[in-house]
Amino acid sequence: MPDTPTPLWEVFIRNRTGLPHRHCGSVHAHDAEMALQAARDVYTRRGESVSIWVVPSSAITASDPGDKEALFEPTASKIYRHPTFYEIPDEVGHM
Amino acid sequence: MGQDTDAIFATCLALGDDALVLGHRLSQWSSTAPTLEEDIALSNLGLDMIGQARLFYQLGATIEGKGRDEDKLAYFRDASAFRNLLLMELPNGDFAVTMARHLAVAAFLEPYYRALAASPHQGLAEIAAKAVREMTYHVRHAGEWIIRLGDGTQESRRRMIAGLDAIWPYTGELFAMDEAERSLAAAGIVPDRATIRPQWNETIARVLAEATLDMPEPAAQRAGGRQGHHTEHLAPMLADMQSLARAHPEATW
Repeated sequence: MPDTPTPLWEVFIRNRTGLPHRHCGSVHAHDAEMALQAARDVYTRRGESVSIWVVPSSAITASDPGDKEALFEPTASKIYRHPTFYEIPDEVGHM
Repeated sequence: MGQDTDAIFATCLALGDDALVLGHRLSQWSSTAPTLEEDIALSNLGLDMIGQARLFYQLGATIEGKGRDEDKLAYFRDASAFRNLLLMELPNGDFAVTMARHLAVAAFLEPYYRALAASPHQGLAEIAAKAVREMTYHVRHAGEWIIRLGDGTQESRRRMIAGLDAIWPYTGELFAMDEAERSLAAAGIVPDRATIRPQWNETIARVLAEATLDMPEPAAQRAGGRQGHHTEHLAPMLADMQSLARAHPEATW
């Protein structure tokens, strides 16, 4: 175990078979095995969890908040991408 | 009560006291553990032990049939009436001492509960079957820390060796049996503690080998907890643990 700052790990938990793993937080741990244990202890205390993933936080590439407008604004004007944009004829009934 | 019933009540009390005292020691790490993650982990381990204690006390109280309940057994007996092993009541020391003690206990309880789960006594078998799954994780948690501390920095290694040395004189009592327990073991109702020793040795040896640590030197062994002869550490711990229940008897949430 190196005498260095403890690395950070992102934790993903799957609560039921069939559902995807979801990001639920992060833990500090010196290695992957200890990160799994910490994730188990911190994030599965109340749940019916069936699986845990841990990923070094350093392995995640994140978008720049400064790019927010360029990346996400253009979709705001494309309301036809939402299903609610379309009127459903009465004859169709419930979809 | 018959002879067997007496002995089964004594077993419930002994196993319950072991679990409660160790559980309370673990709870004393709350808010002072080395990291937030480990703080929660130690609380989880403690809650597992306290949950086991409750089940043993509930079963014991029913068998005794004198109107005592789990709270009476936990909060209204003094140190001399507690039957836990000395190992459980030792102060936490530093994190390495706590992990050394916890591995020693978990490496025993995991195979012990596994054997007890096959007991013809349904009440004991049911508690053991639930508890064995918890202990499997406890072995892993304490073991992984000992491996990293032993095979870590110079300082962590020094402390891990000191931690193992500190608890070693108290590990022999894990395998001691009094006459009542021996009679239950002979009847196949509880495991013979001696039969757990090979697996205990194996678990400890595996973890220490991976931690690049030697087995501690054989040490003069201390015992007496089962007879109520405790170290000076138990009474102050109980005074703290029992103060609220004694100040407000019969209080409910």
